[in-house]
Amino acid sequence: MGKRSVVPFGPQHPVLPEPIHLDLVLEDEKVIEAIPSIGYIHRGLEKLIEKRDFNDYLYVIERICGICSYMHGMGYCEALERIFDVEIPDRAKYLRTIWCEMSRVHSHLLWLGLLADAFGFEALFYQCWRMREKVLDMFEASTGGRVIFSVNKIGGVLKDMDKDMLASFVKEFDAMEDEIKKLCDVFLTDYTVESRLRKVGILTKEDAVATGAVGPMMRASGIEIDTRKTGYAAYSNIDFKIITSNDCDSYARCEVRIKELFQSFDIIRQAVAQIPDGDLSIAVKGNPNGEAFMRVEQPRGEAIYYVKANGTKNLDRARVRTPTFTNLTPLVKILQGCDYADVPILILTIDPCVSCTER
Amino acid sequence: MREEYELTVIDSGDLSRYALKMKRDNARLVQICAVSVPGGYELSYSFAKGYEFINYRIVIDEDTRIASIGDVYPSAVFYENEMKELFGVKIDSMYLDYNNKLYRIEQETPFKK
Amino acid sequence: MAKISKSPWLLHYDGSSCNGCDIEVLACLTPVYDVERFGIINTGDPKHADILLITGGINTQNKQVVEQIYSQMPNPKVVVAVGICACNGGVFKDCYNILGGADKVIPVDVYVPGCAARPESIIDGVVKALDILEKKREV
Repeated sequence: MGKRSVVPFGPQHPVLPEPIHLDLVLEDEKVIEAIPSIGYIHRGLEKLIEKRDFNDYLYVIERICGICSYMHGMGYCEALERIFDVEIPDRAKYLRTIWCEMSRVHSHLLWLGLLADAFGFEALFYQCWRMREKVLDMFEASTGGRVIFSVNKIGGVLKDMDKDMLASFVKEFDAMEDEIKKLCDVFLTDYTVESRLRKVGILTKEDAVATGAVGPMMRASGIEIDTRKTGYAAYSNIDFKIITSNDCDSYARCEVRIKELFQSFDIIRQAVAQIPDGDLSIAVKGNPNGEAFMRVEQPRGEAIYYVKANGTKNLDRARVRTPTFTNLTPLVKILQGCDYADVPILILTIDPCVSCTER
Repeated sequence: MREEYELTVIDSGDLSRYALKMKRDNARLVQICAVSVPGGYELSYSFAKGYEFINYRIVIDEDTRIASIGDVYPSAVFYENEMKELFGVKIDSMYLDYNNKLYRIEQETPFKK
Repeated sequence: MAKISKSPWLLHYDGSSCNGCDIEVLACLTPVYDVERFGIINTGDPKHADILLITGGINTQNKQVVEQIYSQMPNPKVVVAVGICACNGGVFKDCYNILGGADKVIPVDVYVPGCAARPESIIDGVVKALDILEKKREV
């Protein structure tokens, strides 16, 4: 048995844009145990609900995270719409679906870029981010923002996309699909990439259930669950097949995310083809009273929104359980027994979003 | 289409039993959420069996101690540490106890009313 | 010594930002905005860095981290606060765990507004920081 030592990892680390700290117990070069400590980004924004009314709080909840900002706003709105018991117009549902999938595309491209950067493939990183800028341009054209969009409201959406815009987006995504196909060849067949990802960080199907993995992390371990199938927004009218892999390693997580990119393009095409004309929102009057849970599939996995209202304009509680928070336990699991040099890659394969985790 | 779910209020002593039952049914732990209500807390434990979304709720007063379900569901431990630090919920036998140092905030139990 | 301000090394630290400004900082480094055309290189090591880009407000836990990173940077050094949260706490100002902007713990030279700050304004802020770096060098 080798000598045991504890090596701190983070909070400021070249691979991670965000601070997270891990205490790694090493035996020679093998990690025996990893203990995450979080809190570098903890703001306590759930507490802010006492100072803001439920409409204003939407703008706070969007700022939980700059990557999934659209879905945070949408999840909160859908939870309140459930309390108010209103059904939003069909056009708003489809617009939400399109923006959701655009968020997924930009988030997965961002992740692919960071992964490429983590194993030292800088050109690939630049390619992914160049592509991602195109999605951001589309976001800017349709919502006015690159990161924070603020296009949701309780009862619908605030902005519309006209026919020409939707058609141009579809054209843009078609072109992007061809480009991404070329990039995927590198991610999925390149020998150096494969050597970093294959058989690294194995999370078995049983462990994935036991540790509460969500999103691509769970689907890469062979579990066929996607919260979009619960049919929020317009997903109940969209035909898509859940993408899974039975390899359970880092490569599988990469593969699942890449295939989800193509799936997102397909969903956007379906949504654009089906989108009906109509109103963007319906009026919601009064203050909410009651409680509701709402589940949403974010790029990183399932997020849960819980809202408890008391009939006044200030809510009692607005809670978000973000995907990375529950993916911490699987991360600890896959870090056990890995090589020290693989730690940064393994942290990346859960697609960590630390500001979501700590709120 | 709006997803339906169930919410059952259970006795705080039955929590471990329900957690075990969920585990045997191969359900995954989705979340644990605490809400501060006057004089105590309302804790919601959510599980998912496939697409079935099952919620159990316990209502406890401030001094009630509850047992950790971390031995059944390892992922519960982060939620429990969060509840302990931010709300002051008293939880016994956690396998990984951060001793109120998960977020390392200066203010004590900010969410407690 | 004008050479140094022609190829400054940049260090990015995420205070308690929502990620929005961080990905915009990263977006600045990538081909579309490309701050490398100013000779700027992103580094992960505070001891190599001339410019500290800080995003997000300061909270109780990252206070020491920010102070430590700043103290490890060699002189002269410039701090750019990116985004409204790093300027004064922004939308999270009233949160219990937020102390305020980056200037609560370290001296800030350039403030870049926006939520999230746009890449154009981040580049503008960095270019302003280069002038300040040059002036500091002369002193």
